[in-house]
Amino acid sequence: MIDELLRPFDFEFFRNGLIVATMAGALCGAIGVYVVLKGMSYIGHGLSHAIFGGFAASSLLGVNYLLGAGLWGVVSALMINAVTRRRIIGSDAAIGVITTASFALGLALFALFGTSGRSFDAALFGSILGVGRDDVVAICVVSVLAALLIFLRYRALLFTTFDPEVADVAGVDTGRMDALLMVVLAGSILATMQVLGVTLIAAALVIPAAVARMLTNSFARMLQLATTIGAVCGFVGMNLSYQLDVQSGPTIVLVAATLFALVFGVTGATGRRRAASIAAPAPTAPAAPLAARAD
Amino acid sequence: MNAPRPPAAAAAREELIRLAGVTCGYAGDAVLVDVDLAVHDGEFIGIVGPSGAGKTTALRVLSGSMRVAHGSVRRRADLRMAYVPQVETINWSFPVTVRECVLMARVHGRRLPWASREERARVDGVLAQLDIGELADRHIRELSGGQQQRVFIARALLGEPELLLMDEPTSGVDVRLRHEILHLLDELHARGLAIVLSTHDLNGIAAHLPRVVCLNRRVVGDGVPSEVLTSDVLERTYGASMEVLVHGGMPVVVDSFRRHVPHPHAHPHPHPHEDGDPHAEPHVHAEIQP
Repeated sequence: MIDELLRPFDFEFFRNGLIVATMAGALCGAIGVYVVLKGMSYIGHGLSHAIFGGFAASSLLGVNYLLGAGLWGVVSALMINAVTRRRIIGSDAAIGVITTASFALGLALFALFGTSGRSFDAALFGSILGVGRDDVVAICVVSVLAALLIFLRYRALLFTTFDPEVADVAGVDTGRMDALLMVVLAGSILATMQVLGVTLIAAALVIPAAVARMLTNSFARMLQLATTIGAVCGFVGMNLSYQLDVQSGPTIVLVAATLFALVFGVTGATGRRRAASIAAPAPTAPAAPLAARAD
Repeated sequence: MNAPRPPAAAAAREELIRLAGVTCGYAGDAVLVDVDLAVHDGEFIGIVGPSGAGKTTALRVLSGSMRVAHGSVRRRADLRMAYVPQVETINWSFPVTVRECVLMARVHGRRLPWASREERARVDGVLAQLDIGELADRHIRELSGGQQQRVFIARALLGEPELLLMDEPTSGVDVRLRHEILHLLDELHARGLAIVLSTHDLNGIAAHLPRVVCLNRRVVGDGVPSEVLTSDVLERTYGASMEVLVHGGMPVVVDSFRRHVPHPHAHPHPHPHEDGDPHAEPHVHAEIQP
């Protein structure tokens, strides 16, 4: 029995996949706390789809997909951030247009020209087979950058997430904080796409944060718990993926969803009340005035 | 008629902020028009006016979070300000304890996420000063209305501000709590803190504040309550008839409902941004001319 469970560790591709899945879970868990509390779940979902367009284009052009899709993702993230902050048009509508158009472009490119290199299915649903050393390096780099951002700008990020208007008065560059968060989110999606798949990344962002929210009322503890829960789900999900011969993305998400259901049941009314708060609106910020600064 | 002019006593104090001919608004709709307002060291000012009059916008301009289309804002270079938002705009479900919330004021302190021993002592000190010391590890939603207001005042005080800007600190609270908050602000003012707050509570202002500014997109009156809170100024501010009685030497405002007085600056609807919904479409306003 134990030998059977340990057998996949003999294979390098599995070891790589396990490292990436565990780190991807932790990374998405941590970033997901900000995504969920800022009411950006739809942005996370949309951004993962937008990056698929970059993935398709870079695959078609024979460019390293981490560079091509990464550039595409960062540009998409900054565009979404600008639209959301300036409220030029309804942000939901704008995000929907930007991200689904990018996703559709990716599908059209694959349909017209086929794929070279990375697997189409792996990009959509995640696959352990496609995980290589470059993926391990990518997830390590993004994780280090995300950890540095969270660690060194912890207070500014918390203030911006909780109360952006007052944070602005206190001298926090909330625009820069939002932009940094979006870039790290884009990097996280890019680095985890191979294991989780673009269609399932949103779940990896939202579920650990939602589970953690049910367990605590403290932001610091929520951040720690979501990171740990994400890592555990990635580790367990990847092992199950191998044993059950199911794609890694769905397996990891199902493990997380099962944990959510368990915690939801165990924590009772308290957990349900806290979970309901995830959908609560973010603090209102002043609408961006269109007038020029004269002071 | 009371022309907009600050009390004479303010002239001797150091000027912290001066708005001169400020016009600004949202998406081209003017909310404030040609507003002149100066805030001096140690002042305690209440801004009153109907919903949509521009009270919150005025605070945003004072705080620097709102750009102006015309006019100028002159702020002392090293001025330490703190802003306490309306409690209705706070996401009370956000996972944050009282200590975590108050510690946000130290955003420019050390970079490490956790509080230093000195920071913990300072937070404990401010919480104790406001009589909520035992609530440090409670979630902000688990507090009473007065305690919640105190948490955000504590967060503001932790930054050791010289000027405290408060948006409707007495809205949605009962009479006892309203007095409690105003007495607390009285105490802070007595210790030298300059305070500017917006409120709908005319009688609370008359009882506690030495200076009141009546605002309806423009400054209609500015001075001590006994001079400014008159039927004439209030009618021009609110577009409704109000009687002012004198009780114990203080003005007491009574809604009379005798007649409706149309006012050239009065809004038939409150401005959406003034009522906590910055996403709503504005109704009627003058246009900001480029």
